[in-house]
Amino acid sequence: MLGTLWHKVFSSGVSSSSVIGQSLQRIRPSFSATRSYASTSTGKEMTVRDALNSALDEEMSADPTVFVMGEEVGEYQGAYKITKGLLDKYGPERVVDTPITEAGFTGIGVGAAYHGLRPVVEFMTFNFSMQAIDHIINSAAKSNYMSAGQISVPIVFRGPNGAAAGVGAQHSQCYAAWFGSCPGLKVLAPYSSEDARGLLKAAIRDPDPVVFLENELLYGESFPISAEALDSSFSLPIGKAKIEREGKDVTIVAYSKMVGYALQAAERLSKEGISAEVINLRSIRPLDRRAINASVRKTNRLVTVEEGFPQHGVGAEICASVVEESFEYLDAPVERISGADVPMPYAADLERLAVPQVEDIVRAAKRACFRAK
Amino acid sequence: MASSFSTLKTIQPFCFSTTTTRSQQKSTLPTTNSSFFGSNNKLHKSFNSFSPSTNRLRSAVVAVSDVVKEKKLKTSASTSNLLITKEEGLVLYEDMVLGRVFEDMCAQMYYRGKMYGFVHLYNGQEAVSTGFIKLLKKEDCVVSTYRDHVHALSKGVSARAVMSELFAKKTGVCRGQGGSMHMFSKEHNLLGGFAFIGEGIPVATGAAFTSKYRREVLKEDCDEVTLAFFGDGTCNNGQFFECLNMAQLWKLPIVFVVENNLWAIGMSHLRATSDPAIYKKGPAFGMPGVLVDGMDVLKVREVAKEAIGRARRGEGPSLIECETYRFRGHSLADPDELRDAGEKNHYGARDPIVALKKYVLENNLASESDLKAIDKKIEELVEEAVEFADASPYPSREQLLENVFADPKGFGIGPDGKYRCEDPKFTQGTAQV
Repeated sequence: MLGTLWHKVFSSGVSSSSVIGQSLQRIRPSFSATRSYASTSTGKEMTVRDALNSALDEEMSADPTVFVMGEEVGEYQGAYKITKGLLDKYGPERVVDTPITEAGFTGIGVGAAYHGLRPVVEFMTFNFSMQAIDHIINSAAKSNYMSAGQISVPIVFRGPNGAAAGVGAQHSQCYAAWFGSCPGLKVLAPYSSEDARGLLKAAIRDPDPVVFLENELLYGESFPISAEALDSSFSLPIGKAKIEREGKDVTIVAYSKMVGYALQAAERLSKEGISAEVINLRSIRPLDRRAINASVRKTNRLVTVEEGFPQHGVGAEICASVVEESFEYLDAPVERISGADVPMPYAADLERLAVPQVEDIVRAAKRACFRAK
Repeated sequence: MASSFSTLKTIQPFCFSTTTTRSQQKSTLPTTNSSFFGSNNKLHKSFNSFSPSTNRLRSAVVAVSDVVKEKKLKTSASTSNLLITKEEGLVLYEDMVLGRVFEDMCAQMYYRGKMYGFVHLYNGQEAVSTGFIKLLKKEDCVVSTYRDHVHALSKGVSARAVMSELFAKKTGVCRGQGGSMHMFSKEHNLLGGFAFIGEGIPVATGAAFTSKYRREVLKEDCDEVTLAFFGDGTCNNGQFFECLNMAQLWKLPIVFVVENNLWAIGMSHLRATSDPAIYKKGPAFGMPGVLVDGMDVLKVREVAKEAIGRARRGEGPSLIECETYRFRGHSLADPDELRDAGEKNHYGARDPIVALKKYVLENNLASESDLKAIDKKIEELVEEAVEFADASPYPSREQLLENVFADPKGFGIGPDGKYRCEDPKFTQGTAQV
């Protein structure tokens, strides 16, 4: 994984893995990606989509109380094909196509979790979770506490989150900070295929409600994957960040798709003699404050990267944590990169300006290292 | 659709919600020439002549007395034509008295400052809780609202545990972490009181989904039924409709119990709802809808038996509208100034406990002294619950941060039932975590 350069090629809708039904105009085709490696990887590769699909499959196979419900998850095989093949294998009782009623079916999932099942509720995109946020926050996240530990809620809410491409403001938003601010929820945001497999399996096995934020634009990307990660018993601990790339001059903390951008930025920075450490958060809540602070104490500089809005964002929380715990280690002001403080515009050129780009990260890291021109 | 209509037919005797009765119903509903029906003025003026609520009640009585008549016909050949046995009568009486005395005590304790926040009392509606919940088995689930104390008591949670919860004590059913509106008891399959309108309905539907899943996917021997309680105001909320649809679509073992007490806080049901006959919304989704006099525990019980039996047999959900009335304000903070005195007196005169008492005595099911003994027993029980709650400790400081997660460290529980975070090997072999 180290030193990998991810070079994305945008293709408009001619993706071989196009997942979109013509009737589903609210979804934009995902784009395929090609890669070029700076270092050679001899191992197997897997797309994030296959990683999620296989994780679901294995967990459903291992535990009959696990079931999937959501819109178009069954006969249509998932709006993004994450649930492909599951209906055939597990039947309509365990791969439940629901009507378009987020509040209703999310609540039903929560009630099923109260009563002993392990539902995986798919939101076609996390934007639609707003229709059901009452059940995520009030019914799922608070019940273990309100019932003094009597009623645990082993449920996973999953689906694509964050900025998609060209779908406008209502379909393009990151909810990490929203759900991350709520006690009682665990919030995960995988980046690679290893993350996707390990974290989804951990989420399904976890006894608490987990919000699992995928990224539409990563679904079609392939990542090298170890034999270990392909093992059906593989899972990753919730609440632990991963050092994706070690470095000594500046710490870049990111999650989900922004991890890829941070790795690209680190690659460019290395050519200018700056050694950047890239932390893949994996878990938004619990937040691995220890890993972040340990890295900052080593590099003395911090750049945070997220797609979400700046105010009260994940970056803001990370900055607060570092200022509280490692203030005296900081050699430069913290740099916080986030989405622009506007609803997502439709126009592609404006949209590009509204989300962080690799050059933004490079520039911020150089500023932090006092190397900006 | 064919199948749902045929199910409707099978319960036709007690279900007067199908098209055949629509014309009859029409005449009893208020006409829409006034857009103000439901305002207290209107109710006041028309109370003795053409009050929508009294007319609706009359039709309810008609509907249910059909069942009662049928039942009597069926059983008259045998030894007794009564709706209940002595034992059943005493159980119902005791449960209703418990609900009433408990809630009266709550009011006292609230005014003495022993409890605080929102406290919604159930006085007047006891026939619904008792009529339904006393028919349940322990494995059956109940999902309630913010007016949940009495549902908890009927389901078997002890008065001590509920009172202590209200006193915010560590001995409460949720250790003081839930409060008046959030009673949970895993042991009794009370899956919570939900403070938001409509929030409990999907949760209840999910519990029913679980029962079906256990039976059909896990092949367990499971005939659990879930009751979802909610009020008239909820029936204008989208989640109600969403769940009626899915419950019927998937034939879930659930009964939707509407406690129509005619009022939200100060908003009359008639002023809030385009078609105030809630039970009619059942057939719109293909399930039976029944209106029953919710001030009569025996009628409620008869209807409940049918609906619960139907759910238990796997025949799907039912919507039961119980016309009832709360004798107190919406909560103890509500001055209750909008409801008309005439309306209150009308329902006050139909107190469900008094009615049951009358039935029991007139039919010689029990003596006055039997009932007095129950009254005394319950008063002592509630007194004792207060003493227990009062003497119990408040939660300790450490408790603040407990129970946020079942697994606070987030590593999950392994197949051996132990937390993975306790196993050092767990993180080994997972690259660079």
